[in-house]
Amino acid sequence: MAAANAKKAIVPQKNPMPAQDPVIRAKNFNEVALGYSEEAVVAEAKRCLQCKNAPCRQGCPVDIDIPAFIKKAADQDFAGGAQKLKETNALPAVCGRVCPQESQCEKYCTLGKKYEPVAIGRIERYLADWELAAGVKLPATASPSGRKVAVVGSGPAGLTCAADLAKRGHRVTIFEALHIPGGVLMYGIPEFRLPKAIVQAEIENLKKLGVDMQVNAVVGKFATLDELLESGYDAVFLGTGAGLPNFMQIPGENACGVYSANEFLTRSNLMQAYRFPETDTPIFAGKRVAVLGGGNVAMDAARTALRLGAEESWIVYRRSRVELPARLEEVEHAEEEGVQFQFLTNPARILYNDDYWVTGMECLRYALGEPDASGRRSPVPVKGSEFILEVDTVVVAIGTGPNPLIPKTTPDLAVNKRGNITADPDTGATSKPGVFAGGDVVTGAATVILAMGAGRTAAKSIHKYLLGID
Amino acid sequence: MYEIIEKEELGATIKLIKIHAPLVAGKALAGQFVILRIHDEGERVPVTIADFDREKGTITCVFQEVGRTTRELGTFKEGECLRDFVGPLGMPSHIENYGRVACVGGGVGVAPVYPIARALKEAGNEVISIIGARTKDLIFWEDRMGAASSELLVATDDGSYARKGFVTDLLKEVIEDKGIDLCLAIGPLPMMRAVCGLTKNYGIKTVVSLNSLMVDGTGMCGCCRVTVGGETRFSCVDGPEFDGHQVDFAELARRSTIYKDQEKISLERYEEKGPQPHRCRCGGEE
Repeated sequence: MAAANAKKAIVPQKNPMPAQDPVIRAKNFNEVALGYSEEAVVAEAKRCLQCKNAPCRQGCPVDIDIPAFIKKAADQDFAGGAQKLKETNALPAVCGRVCPQESQCEKYCTLGKKYEPVAIGRIERYLADWELAAGVKLPATASPSGRKVAVVGSGPAGLTCAADLAKRGHRVTIFEALHIPGGVLMYGIPEFRLPKAIVQAEIENLKKLGVDMQVNAVVGKFATLDELLESGYDAVFLGTGAGLPNFMQIPGENACGVYSANEFLTRSNLMQAYRFPETDTPIFAGKRVAVLGGGNVAMDAARTALRLGAEESWIVYRRSRVELPARLEEVEHAEEEGVQFQFLTNPARILYNDDYWVTGMECLRYALGEPDASGRRSPVPVKGSEFILEVDTVVVAIGTGPNPLIPKTTPDLAVNKRGNITADPDTGATSKPGVFAGGDVVTGAATVILAMGAGRTAAKSIHKYLLGID
Repeated sequence: MYEIIEKEELGATIKLIKIHAPLVAGKALAGQFVILRIHDEGERVPVTIADFDREKGTITCVFQEVGRTTRELGTFKEGECLRDFVGPLGMPSHIENYGRVACVGGGVGVAPVYPIARALKEAGNEVISIIGARTKDLIFWEDRMGAASSELLVATDDGSYARKGFVTDLLKEVIEDKGIDLCLAIGPLPMMRAVCGLTKNYGIKTVVSLNSLMVDGTGMCGCCRVTVGGETRFSCVDGPEFDGHQVDFAELARRSTIYKDQEKISLERYEEKGPQPHRCRCGGEE
C-alpha cells in the first residue's frame, strides 16, 4: 500500500476553491469562497506527502498537528479530523478562512518546493464547517480547579485563552465592551470573508465549555482592572486588541464622508448597515471611494465600498504593489471585483465643499528611495506631481493603536511608548502579578492566528500561575 | 437584561426612563453617558446620564423623541427591557469649588445638567441654574433643578412660561449682576455656541457637553471626532465635556447632520411599519 502511494503521480496544483463570480459577488455580502466539496477535500488531502518531520507545523502559531488532520480528511474521517484540529485550535472555521496560510503552514510544505503546497487552510475550513453542520463534540474538560479567571476582550486572543483555560477546569468570564462577542471577527472582518454566523457558532461552542460571556462590559469603566482582581478573579488575561484608529493628520480629515476603517467596517459588519434601513444604523458610501492604506483592512474596506454601491473604489497606497502588506489572495480578490489601485500615491489634503462634504483629495506621486528601518524602500514625494482624485468618500486604513482605557486606569501596568502593553512573549506575563496579555494590544495590529497563539501561550502560563507551578 | 423600572412623561415629546443596570450605576458619575440599543437590529445611541442611584442600581435617562430610535423608545413601557445598555462611558465632570457657577440647560439638555449642578453645589459652589426651552411644554425638572441649585432662572423662547427670551439673555444678566467663575452649558448646539460666544467676551471659562454621533463609544471608531483648540479629539473618551471656547462648533454642526437623509428614511419607515419585531419583552407581557 505504501509503495503504491509512493508511486502515485503528484498533482502539481491545489484543487481550486469554488468562489462566487466576481461580477456578482461585488454586489452582495455573501461569502466569496464557497468551500470545498467532499470530493475536492479528499483529493486535496491525498496530495499531502505525510512527511515524517512535518515541516508545515513550524509555520503554525498554535502548533496544529497538520499531517494528522489531513490524514483523517484523506480517509474521510471528517469527525476525527475536526477533533484533531480542536485539540489545539479553538476557532478552526475562522482560521481556515482568514489565516495567511501562504506565509505560515503552507510556506513550509514540502510539496510547495516544486509545486503548489497542499491547501492546508481549505482542508481545515472543510473539516470545521463539517463539524459545525454535524453538531460539535465538546472536548474533554478537566475537573473544576476552583480558580476564576477574567478574560478582557472577546477577539481571537481572548476566545482562545478562554477556551484553553476552560478545558483545564478553570472558571472563565469574558468581558466584552460591545454588545456582541467576537471582537475584530465581528466588527472588522467583513461577512463576505468570514460569515458572522460561523463566528457566533464557534462562540456558542465556547459557552458550552462553561465560559461565561458578559457583553456590554467595558473594563476600565464599569470596573478597573484592580477592582476585577479584588472582586475574586485569581488572574486576568487582557486581549483588548488594537482598537484605536490612526488618522493621516492632514487638512480636511474631519470633513463629512471621511471615515476611519474601524468606523466604516464596524457600521457595515457589526451594525449591519449594509442592510439599512432594515437595520437602524446608517452608513454613507458614495459613488467614488478612496481607501488609504495597503493592508488587509484596506482591501476589506475597498471591497465593502463596492458592495455598498460605489461605482469606483480605489486603494491609495504610498508604496508600490510589491510592498502591499495585504495577503495576495485579498489583493487578487479585490482586483477581480473591480477595486482599482493608485500606487506610489499619498494624499496631501482632503478637499470639501461649503457643506463640509468631501469632494476630492489632493494627492502627490511618490518614488521609492532608500530602504528604511523595516527594510522596505521608503517612498519620497515627487515634486510638482500634485493631482486631484475626485472622490466623495475617504476611508483611512493606515493602522490602529492599542485602546488606552485599561492602561490609563491601571498605573502599575507597564506599556511601551506606543501604548502597547508590555508582556513577556514566552509567557504573556505583564508587569502586574496575575495579569497576562496577548494579541494586538501587545504586538500592535497583526493577524488573527498570531493573537490566538498569544492567547494559547498566556493560557498555559495562567494555568501554571494558578496552580503555583514555576 | 436592562429593565425599565420606571417611566415618566416630562413634556410633550420628552420622556424619562429609569433602567435597572447595577454595573453602570455602581460607577456612574455626573457628566458621563451610556449607549443603549432598543432591539436586535437597533443602532447604538449615546445618552448622557441624567441621574443614578447606586443602592437601587438604576440609571435615569431623559430623551426627546426626534428620530427613529427615540420615537420607538418612547413607546416602551415599564417592565420592558432595552436590548443593550453599556456604561458609564466618557470622562466625568470635573467637580471642585470654583465659587459661583452658572449651570445652563437648554431643552432636553436640562437633564444631564442636573447631576452636575447637584455635584457642584455639594462641592460648595453657589450654583445659579438657568433652564430654557422653546415653549412651556418642553420645560421640565424645575423642582429638581431648584433643589440642586442656589438659585433657578427659567426662560421660554416664546414667552409661554416664565421669562420670554433665551437662556443667554438670563445668563448675561447674571454675569453683569454678580459675575460668575465658571459656566456649564448643555443643550442644542446653537445654544451652547451662543453661550460660549457670550462668556468668551467676559473671559469666563465655559464647559460644554457634546452629543456627537457615535458608534462604539470606547474610542474605537472615531465617528465622534471634534476639533478642540485645533486638535482632533474623540468626544467618547476625551469628552464628552470640553472647553467650549476651544470647540469648533461649525464643524460639529456639520458633522451632526452626516446621516440626515438616512435618518429621515429610517423615521419614515418606522412611521409606516411600526416597531421592529425583535423587541425584548422580559417581564413586559405578564
